[in-house]
Amino acid sequence: MKDNPKLNRDPGHAVKKKVTSFLTNNMVTIMFVVLSLLAFQVSGMNSNLYITDIVSRISRNSFTVLALIIPVIAGMGLNFSIIVGAMAAQAVIIYVTHWGVPGFAGIMLCVALVTPLSILLGYLTGHLFNRVKGQEMITGLIFGYFAMGIYTFIFLQLVGGVLPMDNEVLVLSSGVGIRTTIDLYGGLRYGLDDLFRLPLPVMLIIAGLIAAGYQLFIFMRSDRLKAQRFNMIIGIAGSLLVVVLAIVLMNSNSLIRLISIPVATWLAIIALCFFLFFFTKTKLGQDMRSVGQDRHIAAVSGINVDRVRVIAIIMSTVLASWGHIIFLQNMGAWSTYGSHMQIGFYAIAAILIGGATVTRATIGQALLGVFLFHTLFIVAPAAGRELFGDAQIGEYFRVFVAFGVIGVTLAMHAWKTKLQSNQGIRAIKDE
Amino acid sequence: MQNIFKDFVRNFGIPRLIILGFFLLLCVMAVFLGLDFAELMSSSLVRIGMNGILVLAILPSIVCGTGPNFGLSLGILCGLLGGLIAMELTLNGFTNFFAAIAFSIPLSVLVGYGYGLLLNKVKGSEMMFAIFVGWSVVSVMKIGWLVLPFNSPEMAWPIGRGVRVTIALLNREVSQLLNNLWAFNVGGVIIPTGLLLFFVICCFILWLFMRSKTGMAMYAAGDNPRFARAAGINVDRQRIIGTIVSTFIGAVGILVYAQSFGFYQLYDGPMMMPFIAIAAILIGGASIRKASITNVIVGTFLFFGILVVAMPVANAFAADIASMAEITRQIIQNGIILYALMQAGKGDAA
Amino acid sequence: MAEYLLEMDNICKSYYGTKVLTDVKLALKPGEIHAIIGENGAGKSTLMNILFGMPVIHSTGGCEGEIFIDGQPVEIKSPLQAMDLGIGMVHQEFMLLPNYTVTENIKLNRETRKENLVSRLFGKNLETLDYKSMNADARKALDSLDIGIEEYTRVAGLPVGYMQFTEIAREIDKSNTRMMVFDEPTAVLTESEASNLLDAMRKIAERGIAILFITHRLDEVMEVADYITVLRDGRLVGTMRKEDATIYGLAELMVGRKVEKLFNRKSRVNFEDVAVRIKNLTVNMPGERVRGLTLDVYRGEIFGIGGLAGQGKIGVANGVMGLYPSQGSVVINNDDLTLNDPRESMKRGMAFLSEDRRGVGLLLDSSVELNIVITTMQNKGLFMKKLGPLTQIDGSKVREHSQKLIKDLDIRCTGPTQPVKRLSGGNQQKVCIARALTLKPDILFVSEPTRGIDIGAKQRVLETLLRLNEEMGMTIIITSSELAELRSICDRIAIVSGGKVAGILQPDASDVDFGLLMAGQIDRKGA
Repeated sequence: MKDNPKLNRDPGHAVKKKVTSFLTNNMVTIMFVVLSLLAFQVSGMNSNLYITDIVSRISRNSFTVLALIIPVIAGMGLNFSIIVGAMAAQAVIIYVTHWGVPGFAGIMLCVALVTPLSILLGYLTGHLFNRVKGQEMITGLIFGYFAMGIYTFIFLQLVGGVLPMDNEVLVLSSGVGIRTTIDLYGGLRYGLDDLFRLPLPVMLIIAGLIAAGYQLFIFMRSDRLKAQRFNMIIGIAGSLLVVVLAIVLMNSNSLIRLISIPVATWLAIIALCFFLFFFTKTKLGQDMRSVGQDRHIAAVSGINVDRVRVIAIIMSTVLASWGHIIFLQNMGAWSTYGSHMQIGFYAIAAILIGGATVTRATIGQALLGVFLFHTLFIVAPAAGRELFGDAQIGEYFRVFVAFGVIGVTLAMHAWKTKLQSNQGIRAIKDE
Repeated sequence: MQNIFKDFVRNFGIPRLIILGFFLLLCVMAVFLGLDFAELMSSSLVRIGMNGILVLAILPSIVCGTGPNFGLSLGILCGLLGGLIAMELTLNGFTNFFAAIAFSIPLSVLVGYGYGLLLNKVKGSEMMFAIFVGWSVVSVMKIGWLVLPFNSPEMAWPIGRGVRVTIALLNREVSQLLNNLWAFNVGGVIIPTGLLLFFVICCFILWLFMRSKTGMAMYAAGDNPRFARAAGINVDRQRIIGTIVSTFIGAVGILVYAQSFGFYQLYDGPMMMPFIAIAAILIGGASIRKASITNVIVGTFLFFGILVVAMPVANAFAADIASMAEITRQIIQNGIILYALMQAGKGDAA
Repeated sequence: MAEYLLEMDNICKSYYGTKVLTDVKLALKPGEIHAIIGENGAGKSTLMNILFGMPVIHSTGGCEGEIFIDGQPVEIKSPLQAMDLGIGMVHQEFMLLPNYTVTENIKLNRETRKENLVSRLFGKNLETLDYKSMNADARKALDSLDIGIEEYTRVAGLPVGYMQFTEIAREIDKSNTRMMVFDEPTAVLTESEASNLLDAMRKIAERGIAILFITHRLDEVMEVADYITVLRDGRLVGTMRKEDATIYGLAELMVGRKVEKLFNRKSRVNFEDVAVRIKNLTVNMPGERVRGLTLDVYRGEIFGIGGLAGQGKIGVANGVMGLYPSQGSVVINNDDLTLNDPRESMKRGMAFLSEDRRGVGLLLDSSVELNIVITTMQNKGLFMKKLGPLTQIDGSKVREHSQKLIKDLDIRCTGPTQPVKRLSGGNQQKVCIARALTLKPDILFVSEPTRGIDIGAKQRVLETLLRLNEEMGMTIIITSSELAELRSICDRIAIVSGGKVAGILQPDASDVDFGLLMAGQIDRKGA
């Protein structure tokens, strides 16, 4: 077990070791970067179209993916039950649409209504998870399907019948059940996005200036080491470069300059990132980290493990429901009995592609994952058409990728856990 | 007396009692609504026969210790491939059916072996892993259906590439093959003798297998791996054998299902099928670690009985019949799996 | 202010009808180091569990007797309450989170916090952690132990000794700690780490904190303790000042018991003929590691292996039978044995009754008859018949064989088809014996044959083993934590300490000899 001093003295070896460990630890992400680049090359896609699409996909999907982080911290793995939060959001949106509250007011009403509902559902899910400790992921998955049955039952069989709803647009012609697609056009559509929009270059300039200013502020105040100073100077330079590029872009005739950014949505995502960052530094966040590392030790030191776990799931469910509202108001038309279905899998696949694991997930991984996963989503059909003459193949491929990456991550996690216990034995042998 | 009753409730489990009660209620309502009982019986029997073997396929995986086989879609895909090969060779009737089974043997042995190796690497989280292996392979096969060289006109799309989403078996005289074999009518109830007989024979063969030396070793490996190791049994090997057997029975199961249904369902078809089969065996009284052939038979009878009877009864009440049956299935199926997970969780806590 | 910080009076505790503590007393003054010594199963851990209010005590019906703190009677219902009362525990298995820094571990769930805007709105749980002050506190606690660990290093990867100090620092940092329990703290430490620890204990005691020191290392007791309490079989057998104690006296007190020669047996040992020759055997059995053990067992012998828990005695049989990874040489009947292969071990005429009867020894849900025959069926292909290409279990042969053994061994069951989980511990053990006999072994390894079995049944199990030895000339190697049991039927007894044979004694050797061997004294001093 002791480090071989010879190896440590050899700097070349140390670098090599670092590189190898970087490669193995980020295998999934690196594979994806390569895959996405290749697919992008092959697809011959117009980069204007791509950028327009990816920007809107990032703004509508990030919030939900970020909702996965807290349960991972609390040691409950990937929360497959965020689909329950998504269904809560859909239920609320159906009613708000029925009442005809449009735009931003409607969105706020949705948030106000969905929050208590998701707290309740998260509370139930959390208690369920406390009865199956160690099996949270599969339980969450099955619970999602179970809840889907109930959701479908309520909105297909009860609403309009037992639960009266008089609305020709929403309700099926038979008078019972909500139609299979709902269009939010003229209602909640872009309720948040349209609150405040800025062109991409302007947004970039503002963001770049803020970043540069912030780093300058820190730089002036602190007396850090040289290396860090160097990093900061690079950071400031980079931020300013973004500003310059944005100004260039603004004066070009590229279509990208016309992309308008839904500032309110982006602010919501940024606010969530800040909150998550802040949260890990709080007492409750620390308790979650403790519980996540070892339930037994946490309990012995007086942390109410079950309660902390329930809170983690409630938070995740609430965030997921908000995230789904953001998603749907951007989509506009959505399928009543299907939109929630893939939400959990795609969000989880995204965060895993960003490099997260069952036991570790960060904000950066979530955002990187959304970017990579949706890049593949955009380019796969076109790549499939170019390569095999069939866009369908690309579409099937991206579904395979979503499931495959989850499967691989789970396998690696199980395998690593097994390996670690074996290593424990070997370590003792070597002593 | 009361104790016996309590014991029974505890062993049987409240959810199963609810399901049984629900089934009885449906039957009573069916009578009350004046539904055609003979017809209900007939279609129940068909549903039991056509699904039974898929449910049976879950048994070896639970017995050998890898847990309910959520990756049964692998076996189903092997069966479908075998079926498509038989079809490509323009075989008819029983030749087609048995050739399909024969073709799926090497496939399922190979696939089951590889899958078993993987399952041995992820001991302790087999179920979750199996779900995603199953789904990944179903998605890969969706590409496979597009690119595999099946050209027979009954299968290929007239334009474009790949095979159809559903492939009719009627032209190959495979449709209803077993259902109609020696079928007879008793008071309006049609007994699909061939179908039921095939199911019973499969159960019997598996029963014999479980009593063989390998079967006993597999049982010991699943029941208590540490005991098995001390008894000189290679636990990993037994788990692989169990996985292969499960995969193969799954392949046979889908072929029997398809001949009764009249179509091969490709693409998304096999995706959720393992969940249905697992729910059935759990309803029959199996747990995540223990199962018997009785569980298979009872579970198949109850689960598919409910689904058959629920349809016409729902017709009288619900707005949308087709979806009502689907909803019932979804709630019962996932409810019973959740219950089984919670029971297993209890065991771990103790 | 009362004279004693802690008094425990007439403590009694039973688990499922078995008394594990009877009228135990303990008194502790501030600043005193009080050692509690005793064999495994003497009741040390149970006593500490009671003091710490562990759930295991309350879930099994609580305990009798009274506990006073500062002369006030208290009832300790949970570990949290114990902590509130100022009782600190340094656990044998570390209660440390590996991904946290030393500071975070010291301050676990006692983090210093600062108010912020969010916490003012949403409650104290969202207050931010004040790492600066936490680090300062941690530094102070570590300094008071003279330990130079940096408070901001992560615990994962620290040497074991430092982990232990982190735990101790946590207890010191709790401002109300007045009493600390050290549960076998030196078991995992190297010699120098252990001596650092003893120094730290003295320093803590100087601050007026009382220490309960649980151990079986007598030399450490003599080095630091002020008072010594000896427990044996759940009873108090002596309390003395260190000045009045000697290592020999303590060893005798710890082990001593009247040895009843339960059985009269003629030894049929052939000291010319070695049945099992173990040379330099290493077994990787977690918690019971064997480290280069050498041993000869003669044909027809009943050979005992004793020693304290964790010293490796259990690992010997498990290693020879191939259940845990092993290295070294084992010669059975003058032929080398291929290690790490249970089938091979059984083929060579050995059988094994595991110490973990319910975990390794039985298929609990299966019938008595299946449990009896399955090992033989799998290894020798007996009890099978042919049915075309398939082999089938031969029901009638199985039935016949199991009925015979049920009668021979007097297994109390409703019949051969009863599931073994419904049998009592003694009868389950007999089913295990029946299974071993079905293999027709000439060497039988038996681990903890009477653990969890009531007294009457114990006797019968031992009698059965004796009969097998006398009537069939079987060589039997018994591993047991109960020395008295070994002394009552064995021809020779090896005491295993530190994964090696510390010495081989005759059953009628003196208590002092056994005690010293078990406490590892002789081995350590190189005698």
